[in-house]
Amino acid sequence: MKPIYLDNNATTAVAPEVLDEMLPYLRELYGNPSSMHTFGGQLHRKIEEARAKVAALLGAEPEEIIFTSCGTESDNTAIMSGIESYLQKKHIITTRVEHPAVLNFSKHLARKGYRVTFLPVDSKGRLDLGALLKSLDENTAIVSIMYANNETGVIFPIPEISEILRERKILFHTDAIQAVGKIPVDLKKLPVDMLSLSGHKLHAPKGVGALYVRKGTRFYPYIIGGHQERGRRAGTENVASIIGLGKACELARENLEKEVSYLSKLRDKLETALLQCCPDVRINGDTENRLPNTTNISFEYVEGEAILLRLNEYGICASSGSACTSGSLEPSHVLRSMGVPFTAIHGSIRFSLSRYNTETEIDEVITIVPKIIKELRELSPFGKDKISK
Amino acid sequence: MISITILYPIKSMWEYTDKVKDLFLNPKNVGEIENPDAVGEVGSIICGDALRLTLKIDKQTNKIIDAKFQTFGCASAIASSSALTELIKGMTLDEALKISNQEIAEFLGGLPSEKMHCSVMGQEALETAVANYRGEKKPIEGEEKIICKCFEVSEDKIRKVAIENHLTTVEEITNYTKAGGGCGSCIPDIEAILKDIWSIKAVPERPLVPKKLTNLQKIALIQDVIEKEIRPLLQADGGDVELIDVEGNKVIIALRAMCVECPMGNVTVKGIEEKLRELVSEDIIVEVG
Repeated sequence: MKPIYLDNNATTAVAPEVLDEMLPYLRELYGNPSSMHTFGGQLHRKIEEARAKVAALLGAEPEEIIFTSCGTESDNTAIMSGIESYLQKKHIITTRVEHPAVLNFSKHLARKGYRVTFLPVDSKGRLDLGALLKSLDENTAIVSIMYANNETGVIFPIPEISEILRERKILFHTDAIQAVGKIPVDLKKLPVDMLSLSGHKLHAPKGVGALYVRKGTRFYPYIIGGHQERGRRAGTENVASIIGLGKACELARENLEKEVSYLSKLRDKLETALLQCCPDVRINGDTENRLPNTTNISFEYVEGEAILLRLNEYGICASSGSACTSGSLEPSHVLRSMGVPFTAIHGSIRFSLSRYNTETEIDEVITIVPKIIKELRELSPFGKDKISK
Repeated sequence: MISITILYPIKSMWEYTDKVKDLFLNPKNVGEIENPDAVGEVGSIICGDALRLTLKIDKQTNKIIDAKFQTFGCASAIASSSALTELIKGMTLDEALKISNQEIAEFLGGLPSEKMHCSVMGQEALETAVANYRGEKKPIEGEEKIICKCFEVSEDKIRKVAIENHLTTVEEITNYTKAGGGCGSCIPDIEAILKDIWSIKAVPERPLVPKKLTNLQKIALIQDVIEKEIRPLLQADGGDVELIDVEGNKVIIALRAMCVECPMGNVTVKGIEEKLRELVSEDIIVEVG
């Protein structure tokens, strides 16, 4: 059974065009780009081509792109660089709804003695810019705020935030891992200092990412060793994956406009149908400012893991913010920060689409999900007409 | 060196046995018995799983004629509930009460260790239902000593489950009862209970703080612990705390920001006390000024 893969905020399929570009560099062209001989040295040019393609997607200059091993490395590198660049400043600002790559790294720094402000969000997952303004001071080394949320798809006002911080000359990093390739990101217009992206969220393979560092920004490397990436990120280049990331960015740039409208149409169809067919559901997050591919829906009175496993029987892949699926007993920190009631968090399901999803697939999901929810609600002691608490 | 102190258990949702999958997908005895002779309700929607068990009992023989369940929870919670009803049908109440959570897990061909609490929930529901049938009183609220406030787990339950299942570590207790799986502030209490039950050291001794601190040293250390260990964690959840004064072993604090209105305020204060006892001095008492 071919899965109906609606978990594209977790990871995406490698595009066939991307794989084709990569294969020669995993087979015969296995050289090291740092070598003096042509066999290795010729790969250097391929890496620079990939860099130019990544830069083009972002409206950046190629030399502003550093290749890394993943989104988490990009995030950690950016924050550490901010700290190393302004050693006398001991204050960091981020949000309560960041991905663990930023959130747990910030908590780690808090334990090391840094003062960290975690900005709150409202019930729709929107950031309060007033709270950001209030928390800024002369001690702030870096502000790291995500572009779009992985769980709800809510997009933060990065243009406004970056202007606020540029005026005050405070370093600004954004984790744009969920945004790049899904919505237009133009760094010519956005005064962001650093930006993280990850390959496997936009149809490149896992194990490659990039960090954008604006020209003129102070930068300290996180991984120290050889001269690769002009001394900004040591370690032999992941040649094939970097070439793959370049190709994936090229594809994203060519198709972005088309995909935004295609995906939002499909997503809206799915969402509207589920809202119609299932009683007692709610959409989590600001539907006005959201990634086109994401919807986060809470089904009251049923538990997320049970929904996912029933969906799994039909080959439908999605994820949940419920405690049972988080790997701990704590449900989603994002939905909790938004004040979503626990009852709704336990039954929250995230569907995230990609260019490879079809309308036929969505139609199938629309018929299956309400059936599963109905069955599980019959099993549940809770519900509108049931006596239990 | 980065040392991350929070351990993330490995996900195991796909490690279910075929029996669990089968009873999850095709559960038996779902629903509610009309005019039941006994009802057992455990868990809550907030905690993430809950079970309502209804029984039909033959008054002459004390045999369970029928059992039905309604469960809110994950696949293993649903399968455990179904297994329980299969197991107890036809048994007398006394026979049924002898069923341990291990037997429920064995009926299912085993459960992932993180999901053992589902089998415990089944057993508890049965006990509650039988007590309900026999007209036994539930422990009055406040009479039970609640150890884990996040998941409302009592000391009695921790002791019972630990002894019945030979549990010796906090992690196992969390897997079987959920206690300690939320904010984590009750972990020292669970360690103490385990130590008491098994008379063994459940955890290696922590490095001891020098016994004799001068008053100045002590205040400085308290300040340091609050700044570096406590405030960052509270701030991560939108809360904050301020040190007001230190009088002997009494530390007076004020909760700030979101902690002020937080219903978990007492838990937070207790957590701060635990941390200060651990890192400064064992006799510290924290009070809100």
